[in-house]
Amino acid sequence: MATMTYRDALNEALREEMDRDPDVFLMGEEVAEYDGAYKVSKGLLDVFGDQRIVDAPISELGFAGLGVGAAMAGLRPVIEFMTFNFAYLAIDQIINNASKLCYMSGGQFKVPITFRGPNGPALQLGAQHSQACETYYLHAPGCKVVTPATPADAKGLLKASIRDDDPVAFMEGELLYNFKGEVPEGDDFVIPLGVADLKRPGSDVSIITHGKMVHLALQASDKLEGEGIKAEVLDLRTVRPLDVEAILETVQKTNRVVYLEESWPYAGTGAQVVSIIQEEAFDHLDAPVLRVPQADVPMPYAKNLEALAKPNAARVVEACKKVLYR
Amino acid sequence: MAKIKANKSSAANKEGVLARHGVSGKLALELMQDMLLYRRYEEKAEESYAIGKIGGFCHLHIGQEAGAAGVIKVLQPEDYVISAYRSHTQAIAKGISPNAVMAELYGRVGGVSKGKGGSMHLFGRDARFLGGHGIVGGQVPLATGIGWKIKYSGESLVCVCFMGDATVNQGGFHESLNMAAVWELPVIYVVENNEYGMGTAFDRVSKTEISMRSVPFDIPASSVNGQDVLSTFEHFRNLTEEVRAGGGPRLVELRTYRFRGHSMSDPVSGTYRSTEEVERHKEESDPIAILRDQLFAEGILDQDTLEGMDAKAKTIAAEAADFADESPLPEPGALYEDVWGETNAHGRLFFDGRRT
Repeated sequence: MATMTYRDALNEALREEMDRDPDVFLMGEEVAEYDGAYKVSKGLLDVFGDQRIVDAPISELGFAGLGVGAAMAGLRPVIEFMTFNFAYLAIDQIINNASKLCYMSGGQFKVPITFRGPNGPALQLGAQHSQACETYYLHAPGCKVVTPATPADAKGLLKASIRDDDPVAFMEGELLYNFKGEVPEGDDFVIPLGVADLKRPGSDVSIITHGKMVHLALQASDKLEGEGIKAEVLDLRTVRPLDVEAILETVQKTNRVVYLEESWPYAGTGAQVVSIIQEEAFDHLDAPVLRVPQADVPMPYAKNLEALAKPNAARVVEACKKVLYR
Repeated sequence: MAKIKANKSSAANKEGVLARHGVSGKLALELMQDMLLYRRYEEKAEESYAIGKIGGFCHLHIGQEAGAAGVIKVLQPEDYVISAYRSHTQAIAKGISPNAVMAELYGRVGGVSKGKGGSMHLFGRDARFLGGHGIVGGQVPLATGIGWKIKYSGESLVCVCFMGDATVNQGGFHESLNMAAVWELPVIYVVENNEYGMGTAFDRVSKTEISMRSVPFDIPASSVNGQDVLSTFEHFRNLTEEVRAGGGPRLVELRTYRFRGHSMSDPVSGTYRSTEEVERHKEESDPIAILRDQLFAEGILDQDTLEGMDAKAKTIAAEAADFADESPLPEPGALYEDVWGETNAHGRLFFDGRRT
């Protein structure tokens, strides 16, 4: 085990996968000479050269599509979006092409491409630069969606995503890059997509969540513990494929669920999870499932309004107590 | 040859049109056979659509056959072609069997995409035909990525990207040309200018000519008479070798005209273009009639031979329709196949209640 930042864990994953497979290349804005807008690709240009670490023009639609074409023709591209906020420009290529080509071609063309970059609200960046975008990608069949919360998950899941034969939206937490944690060493540390991780066991209530919100869930569970409530924190890690078994298991254990997410509530990830729970574990519920999402508004700039819009530990605690009727 | 009218404008050329274009008689006859097939094939598709055998959108290439024949004939089997949604003939030209294309139009399991793609989504991995794309301009960045792959792997190949004239007003087109120019990618962007994007005349919504559109990226542009298959072939033969030799991308305008509506649900004329205009083009610029007159003048083709070739084309088209008719519908179990290229034992990818 080595202690490293989330950023360095991603860097190490890229480095190892590029070493392992000459068909892997990284393209995106500022990834080469600038070392990446968030320094995830720091030093990679020196190691792999400008044919494999490629600065793209600000043409998200264009270079996302370039990656899809290269993947169809046999390469394994990693396309970095400086943030997923900018990937809306590319969503036609991600959904209409990358995610559908295997099906439309009757299985002839796999599209092994990883679209990665920061996702989720940051601090006072306003509506266009502060949003969690995962729902757009998990909605359409054909695209896998990965949201690592820790350095170890970041490394193991990025390696799995690059090796996967399907398009993957790999959504990093914009505020997690400096977060430190233990990371297993070795090239063979790969976390399979579709396996949730019980970040904290508990017996009274389940907080199910993904991505950066895992840390908020842990904070809330600390607070609840002070009040004698043992909250279980289940980190989905990938929101497609979805570890339904792990969801059902925690429901059956605690019988009470809060879904925490930093994207909007309307048809969000939580809505999908709630649907599964009521379909498949209805008899195990002792209370309605509650959701703690971002407020259903574009992110405001003013500090006080921003704080009101975002989920926080107090709201999670409140929701947990509510499902416990306390 | 009742439906292929004489072309008054292309009189016998005493200089020898084949010699002028550097095309052998054998090759010219192949091009004629190809274009006859594309014409009869599309007519068969039209007929099948009319009786409900083909559904959805169906865009015919009738009138534009020289583009498919003259451009793709130049290519090597390993070269790539990618196109938009008017691509039945191009798919066949690149090596997908007429039977597999027709079965795809019929939505049958014998289709090249197992019936899941349809008319707009023909794909052939072995033939290196990479679709068949339904969003205007959606294939242009993909072509750029194919060019990237060719260069990345140091291959001596080219990618030909077909698109309609309306595509040059899409943002992805400009982004692609810029990247192809910066990285000197071996992509030939071919704009089939049939004068209308659906029902909107190109110049009603476009300030500058197609050949101007690559000027900002310093990509050489050219324009060729896409109704004259010999000119088209000669043009692309030279151009492809330049690109293959590392000359970087090219933009080509193929000036053509569609003799049918935009799709099967669109009238041939009457709203956005006049019947007279369509009839004039059919009279003056039918690519098959143009080549026929050239080959008659060269003395390497006569009416009897032509009729024999036409009969052969009709037979292949009819056989394709028979094959499609006999090919079964996909099994219901195919519904969930091929959504994912890779599944593992973990997590649920589908929400039909299955555990995969």
